[in-house]
Amino acid sequence: MTLAAPAPSVSATALTALISGRRRIGLLAVAGLSLACLLLTIVAIGQGAISIAPGRVAEILMAKLTGDDALLQGRDVLVVLNIRVPRVLLGLLVGAGLAVSGALMQGLFRNPLADPGLVGVSAGAALAAAATIVLGDRFLTGTLMKLPFAVLPLGAFCGGLVSTLALYLIATRGGRTSVATMLLAGVALGALAGALTGLLAFISDDRQLRDLTFWSLGSLGGASWTKLSAVAPIILPLLLLMPLLARGLNGLMLGEAEAYHLGIPVQRIKALTILLVALAVGASVASAGLIGFVGIVVPHLIRLSVGPDHRLLLPLSALGGAMLLVGADIVSRLMVAPAELPIGIVTATIGAPFFLWLLLRRTSVLDV
Amino acid sequence: MSEPVVPILSGRELSFVAGGRQLVTDATLDLVCGTTTILIGPNGAGKSTLLKLLTGEIKPAGGRIDIAGEALTGVPAWRLACLRAVMAQHARLVFPFSVYEVASLGVDGIGRALTRQRREAIVAESLAAAGVIDLAGRRYQTLSGGEQQRVQFARVLCQLEAGRSVAERQVLFLDEPIASLDLCHQLSLLDMARSIAARGVAVLVVLHDLNLAVTYADHLVVMDQGRIIAQGPPARTLDDALLRQVFKVDLSLSRAPAPGLPFLLPQQHRSRPAA
Repeated sequence: MTLAAPAPSVSATALTALISGRRRIGLLAVAGLSLACLLLTIVAIGQGAISIAPGRVAEILMAKLTGDDALLQGRDVLVVLNIRVPRVLLGLLVGAGLAVSGALMQGLFRNPLADPGLVGVSAGAALAAAATIVLGDRFLTGTLMKLPFAVLPLGAFCGGLVSTLALYLIATRGGRTSVATMLLAGVALGALAGALTGLLAFISDDRQLRDLTFWSLGSLGGASWTKLSAVAPIILPLLLLMPLLARGLNGLMLGEAEAYHLGIPVQRIKALTILLVALAVGASVASAGLIGFVGIVVPHLIRLSVGPDHRLLLPLSALGGAMLLVGADIVSRLMVAPAELPIGIVTATIGAPFFLWLLLRRTSVLDV
Repeated sequence: MSEPVVPILSGRELSFVAGGRQLVTDATLDLVCGTTTILIGPNGAGKSTLLKLLTGEIKPAGGRIDIAGEALTGVPAWRLACLRAVMAQHARLVFPFSVYEVASLGVDGIGRALTRQRREAIVAESLAAAGVIDLAGRRYQTLSGGEQQRVQFARVLCQLEAGRSVAERQVLFLDEPIASLDLCHQLSLLDMARSIAARGVAVLVVLHDLNLAVTYADHLVVMDQGRIIAQGPPARTLDDALLRQVFKVDLSLSRAPAPGLPFLLPQQHRSRPAA
């Protein structure tokens, strides 16, 4: 090929160094974050009303895993296994799910400011939750009434799915989903759901209003093995299937037509992404309430440090999101102990200033 | 010409309608391996729409397209990606991908069966061929428009090379590939397009520069108002009447002495009173 290409040998060597350097950074980041996540998990399990040393926590966990029942004696064992572990696991799962959902939404919408709420899950879930809290007292009777904390998550989950489905149908014409339409329709639907939620708040009594407020600020407080076993099968598919989406989303960064030219099944990637995100976010909202900013903060931090390649971005976001939520949960438990600060307050207090900082250095993060 | 040439891609009586407007009408076109076909026409003639029809990006309202002997609509996306590569007019990126990553997108999808060493070699060769290997570590967004266009060209070269392990006969589509290039890079990109054609690929280029079009085309296709109004070897396809009718310019073609190719001097336009 006759081009004025610069001396290829020198460039090729530099290129090889560049590629292997990049791969090394990626591996280091995955290994480092995994280790940090494990350590934070052990620390988090020890924190709370009864403080347990990390060494003891590790001991209990090892004993449980190896089936060594002789070591599983004492009050701290009960606290760790029945209260702390499900709570921290729920935090890991919800945090990972929210952060990966954020990374996926930003990729799918080709918009750095997209977050999981964009697919309409949060608005729909919040409306359904408000309806359950406010109208539940009036219309749910008998046994259902005795289970408000079973009805609420279910209602929120269904509300999230229904609104996502509505958005998807609005934005899909002739087998093609327009992400731009979905974005705009999401804003409209969000406003509508917000108004209706406001209306419900208006007609609610003091207790209902308090329930509503606390739910909308998020908490990992209600975690139990039962709750975890209900949530895990809904969030895990997202985390397990995300490697299938990574290449497709990389291609989508060039535009939908270009992704199609590269051989990527664009419509399948879009539908699968939306479905997995709706399920994962619906389950997160249902189990832990509205927790903002995890989906924005984490993916951007990862992009800043290792770049936007989804093959690395998605797993690192999962680890980062899990750590952020579990870390925020420690803060929420310690700040005003023995009471608990809603975790949404903690993540938003970290998230909002970060977001502003992001806007200030926009030239390097966003395409402007 | 003893054997009949079998086109790798053929479009028959294609039409496309959008928003009540007939953008392409009754277009019939064959792309033949080893041939550089250049598509010219004024703005809004339907060149890009025809290109999108032929790449499978949009479906024709009428007519039929065959690629490698099969109906285009029946070919799955990944196999289509092995058969043809496309460089679109504008490719904008949202997140700060590096030049190397952008070029790698060409092999990431369809090159999965290749070894990592082979994939990396393909990307390095393509970056070198497009003259952007020194930019490999740079962020795509920080490049100039012309540099970005050359990176996109490198990506397309990657895809062709990766696809060659699956498909022997391929098509390369370039939609105004030289729009933001300087003269040196315009010529070298078109040289490369021709050398790719010489390797046995069918190349279709949309161009605006008529002089470059007649210089590089084996087969020239002229579109106006959604229709193909002339096609054939450049020297026999363009004439003064066609120029006046299609491009609304009152210029006369001249002949360069050596290869006998027609050329025009836009300078003539200024020396004449407006029609």
